[in-house]
Amino acid sequence: MRELWQFTKLIRSKNAGPFELTFDIMFKSRESFNDVLKSEALTPKAIARLYRVDVKQVKFFVVEQLLTIKISIPRRVFSGDVGDTDIYGGQFHSPLVRLPVKD
Amino acid sequence: MPKTKIRAVAATGNLSTGFREESLVRAVEQGASFVGCDAGTTDSGPYYLGSGKPRGPREGVKRNLRLVLREALKAGIPVIVGSAGHAGGRPHLAWTLEIVRELAREHDWHFKLAAIDSEIDKDVLADAFNRGEITPLSPAPPLDDRAIRHAERFVAMMGIEPIQQALTAGAQVVIGGRCSDLAIYAALPVLREIPKSVAFHAGKILECGAASAAQRLYPDCMVAELDQDGFTVEPPNPAIRCTPQSVAAHALYENADPYRLVESGGDLDTTDAKYEAVGESAVRVTGSRFTPSNKYTVRIEGATLVGYRSIVIAGIRDPLVLRQLDTFLSTLRPVIERKVSDSMKLSADAYSLNFRVYGRNGTLGDLEQVSEAGHEVGLIIDVVAATQSVAADIIPIASHTGLHHPIPEHEGLISNLAYPFSPGGIDAGPVYSFCINHVWELTEPCKPFATKMEVL
Repeated sequence: MRELWQFTKLIRSKNAGPFELTFDIMFKSRESFNDVLKSEALTPKAIARLYRVDVKQVKFFVVEQLLTIKISIPRRVFSGDVGDTDIYGGQFHSPLVRLPVKD
Repeated sequence: MPKTKIRAVAATGNLSTGFREESLVRAVEQGASFVGCDAGTTDSGPYYLGSGKPRGPREGVKRNLRLVLREALKAGIPVIVGSAGHAGGRPHLAWTLEIVRELAREHDWHFKLAAIDSEIDKDVLADAFNRGEITPLSPAPPLDDRAIRHAERFVAMMGIEPIQQALTAGAQVVIGGRCSDLAIYAALPVLREIPKSVAFHAGKILECGAASAAQRLYPDCMVAELDQDGFTVEPPNPAIRCTPQSVAAHALYENADPYRLVESGGDLDTTDAKYEAVGESAVRVTGSRFTPSNKYTVRIEGATLVGYRSIVIAGIRDPLVLRQLDTFLSTLRPVIERKVSDSMKLSADAYSLNFRVYGRNGTLGDLEQVSEAGHEVGLIIDVVAATQSVAADIIPIASHTGLHHPIPEHEGLISNLAYPFSPGGIDAGPVYSFCINHVWELTEPCKPFATKMEVL
């Protein structure tokens, strides 16, 4: 069992406007890209569970050309609202970093 | 077929962050058609739009504008700034114009200046809403006539047309209120018959300045040469390199969808875009498409005042408190609420009291999955109330109550919170929320954007 960061060269999150979050997961090689896709560690369902959103709200893109998985979800707390913890959305990727990936 | 080539220079990703002077000088000397710069974003939250305060530093913005204006005026080319003063509202535009006029006076510069106002009066927006011209994106806060009138400020995000109108009217310097980042760079090329597919895609790559480089060493300039078939992007700074990977990857940045960007007037589709290396540091981009939309819409941004915030910061180090932190905080809350009610006659629903526990779940809130806390945590007691003085008055009640809140293992009066500052309370000012995520359907793209021309 390895963790997602061992397959990637970049895992980041950021606001896509104040109402959405977007995650860019860029892989080191085609092999690691394929390994993670095959493992099903990263799926719309997994994201919905981790981020407590409806799976239907998870936009999930496999960008072959860039060996990248891009995911966008609605923010449960809009940027800057009283209970927000991360105005820029820059640390919401952190639960993904050590996500277990089955070999 | 027109043979026009347009060289677009992006001064930097945000007018307040800066760039290397030598990079800009070089970029313009190599032959530039215009210099553009984005000055705003909603990324830093609703405060700037709500309060009308620009985000500085003023001296930094002035330095950057001075260099951009100096080089552009020397070369006789236009300058296009979008989303002035960070939020692009009327006070933000006025602040930026004041800096431009000051620079013109100080350097004896003369040019035709266009200011494009993108603030939308609440009456105008409410009328548009009641006519059914405002439709929600997803997700969107609930909106009605009352919510519109209760808000502090709205701006509409202009597309390319108001900028083109200002350029056609002879403006050399265009300072825009809230503006699509891409429109800053697409307006002039499209006016000179560059296809929208090329112009908008180049705009997306340019809008963050040097961010599309393989390694953005520091904020800096970026150049794109646009023609009928595509564009070539190249950093003017020889220390910075673009690669096909870095440019393609930048197209993803801050977009919800990697292939499709919705702009006023149509969608940019980069599904079939090709990125090829040209020499050491340039990248040629071709193959994107632009599909005009049936309706012309502009995005509306708005902010509503929610209350005023005061906070106090404390450390917790006692292992006995830490091992029962949840209970400690959940039993502390009603004691604070009771004291506030007794002394200020304020019920708990009249203010928000939020314990932010750094070292446990301060960053992720209820999404945190790691349950063990470390050997200490940082606590922010965060109060938002109807006025600053009410918020400020709740803080000493909360902090003093928290300080002596008991745990069973220690008998007698104890002090469980370590406050680093005296006074402990910090007034953080007004709190706003983004209150709209909607688009406005326009019959004429320039209609809500009043442009004022001025000869300096």
